[in-house]
Amino acid sequence: MLAYLIRRLSQALLVMAVMATIVFFGLYAVGNPVDLLINPEADLAEQEATIRRLGLDKPVHVQFGYFLGGLVQGDLGTSFVHNRPALELILSRLPATLELAFLGILIAIVLGIPLGMIAGLRPDAPSSKLIMAGSVIGFSTPNFWQGLMLIMLFAVFLGWLPAGGRGDTVDVLGIPVSFLTWDGLSHLILPAVNVAIFKMSLVIRLTRAGTSEVALQDYVKYARARGLSPTRVVGVHILKNILIPVVTVLGLETGNVIAFAVVTETVFAWPGIGKLLIDSIGLLDRPVVVAYLMLTVFLFVMINLVVDIAYSILDPRVRIRGAKA
Amino acid sequence: MSTPVLSVRGLTTTFDTRAGTVTAVDGVSFDVGPGEVLGVVGESGSGKTITGFSVLGLIDPPGKIAAGEVLLNGRDLRTLPEAEMHRLRGDRIAMIFQDPMMTLNPVLRIDTQMIETIRAHRDVSRARAREMAAEALALVGIPSPVERLRTYPHEMSGGMRQRVVIAIALMLEPDLIIADEPTTALDVTIQSQILSEMQRLLAQRNTALIWITHDLTVVAGLADRVAVMYAGRIVETGPVDDLLDRPAHPYTQGLIASIPSAVPRGTRLVPIRGMTPSLVNLPPGCAFAPRCPHASNTCRAARPDEQARGHGRALRCFHPLETTP
Ligand SMILES: Nc1ncnc2c1ncn2[C@@H]1O[C@H](COP(=O)(O)OP(=O)(O)OP(=O)(O)O)[C@@H](O)[C@H]1O
Ligand SMILES: [Mg+2]
Repeated sequence: MLAYLIRRLSQALLVMAVMATIVFFGLYAVGNPVDLLINPEADLAEQEATIRRLGLDKPVHVQFGYFLGGLVQGDLGTSFVHNRPALELILSRLPATLELAFLGILIAIVLGIPLGMIAGLRPDAPSSKLIMAGSVIGFSTPNFWQGLMLIMLFAVFLGWLPAGGRGDTVDVLGIPVSFLTWDGLSHLILPAVNVAIFKMSLVIRLTRAGTSEVALQDYVKYARARGLSPTRVVGVHILKNILIPVVTVLGLETGNVIAFAVVTETVFAWPGIGKLLIDSIGLLDRPVVVAYLMLTVFLFVMINLVVDIAYSILDPRVRIRGAKA
Repeated sequence: MSTPVLSVRGLTTTFDTRAGTVTAVDGVSFDVGPGEVLGVVGESGSGKTITGFSVLGLIDPPGKIAAGEVLLNGRDLRTLPEAEMHRLRGDRIAMIFQDPMMTLNPVLRIDTQMIETIRAHRDVSRARAREMAAEALALVGIPSPVERLRTYPHEMSGGMRQRVVIAIALMLEPDLIIADEPTTALDVTIQSQILSEMQRLLAQRNTALIWITHDLTVVAGLADRVAVMYAGRIVETGPVDDLLDRPAHPYTQGLIASIPSAVPRGTRLVPIRGMTPSLVNLPPGCAFAPRCPHASNTCRAARPDEQARGHGRALRCFHPLETTP
């Protein structure tokens, strides 16, 4: 188990290093941030000073050397634009995104799994047809359009919920969260639903496919032949066998939502890291982009690790061994 | 014979398929008394398993029980509400499934599956149920049952799993056990060991047993009476020794002639020529007629009715073999 963890973490470090290098030189090639950053009205001496302060006067390999030097000391660089450490900047925006992602995923699971099971158990019932039709729509319409429709319906026509922004937050252990205040929660609901719709459609389809397959297995019939209640047969014997694919996909999707909630965050003006990334790319704020992507890689590796561990809990036939990773 | 534990009358089970209606069980009638072992033999696809599932009321769409009575201790199970059937299944009637590898749920431990069965039918504590489960495992000859309880099905050999399933069937001391080829997956030594253990336990408890099998030699050693199934119908029944010595139905004779151990050494085995018929829209006559050496036009035109022949024997054939019962 320990060997397994070490292997996974060193893989993560390797990918992060490769990624950081590519992005660093890639962004250097794209353009010079100075052109975007410096006030053209400023005089020449002032411009020179700024360029020197940002280290942009040095050749690229020297800049990369500085970057690596900082990395060893745990410093991912300082934002050109905000003049704050890049990591600090990202971490300050991260809670908003995490909150959005987790609530979205939670909604997707809590609604998606039961709906998928209903559709899988009674495929010909009208309710199942309705569920599947809904999931096709959720699956195939663009995310931003769903977001705009949600705003139109619930914010503009009905006026029940605010159209954007984050609302009031309270600090829990020094981290600002919205779901504990009514105002914050009301701001959170629409973007979370927007995140949830696609995932939920995915969960419904996976669950339905798994359920209709598992329901035909001998062990399910045997569970019924032992006189178990339908609730136990469905809720334990079938459910436990369909969770594996659902957990895999949801794990990957969680990573996706956290890293690329850009669309939802833009539509709902949600101050998360997705919006930060887009702004930073626009301004060629290299330290922020590099730090962001390194963090993303780390996050994906961690989520995969959690998924693998979840597997071994869900399926006793899968055992984590150091020998195989 | 005392009043039968199970009395089946005119049981007919059909499946509506795209190709047409499959009559998997066709007007089957039989009785099993307390402590009696009824062997049900027949080729693959003759309807043995579906007969067992029909008795338990476990036929799923597109199948349905089209006609007949299933009387357990005089009560017609077909008229019982589903909740009442849950109470009976696993408690008064236990079924042992055909494939020991697929029967136990792969993601649940043995103790979970045994305890849930006990607690579905008996109002006992979890601890007491665990004791009962361990006792049941010990009874079927599983060494260190308490440790075994904590394993998953995949950690056991096929023989062990089959013992677990047999233990579950015996655990609640049912009135009737339906055993669907429970030993075919096992090697011969273990097979005879399990057979003799089951025989002993059932005789002790006066449990009725329906033993479904392809294997006439097993039936010869175990059963009191035999029912020979062909294409969903019982074509011949009778006390085991009498029936095997003096088969009256050409199909029964064919089955006996094709067992290696039943014919003298050096004699050629005689396979039954032809194939089992498709059950979709069977022709009007005797289903065995196309393969029968004695078939006449009568056989092809009409279905033979069941005729009692004395000594507990009954037969569906227009041209019974010349044997003196
Ligand atoms: N779900 C179904 N749909 C259509 N036909 C079915 C279905 N289940 C069973 N049958 C038909 O019922 C017939 C009897 O099947 P059954 O499983 O009882 O055979 P069996 O005697 O147990 O055979 P085996 O010895 O191979 O187990 C088969 O011919 C099969 O085609
Ligand atoms: Mg069968």
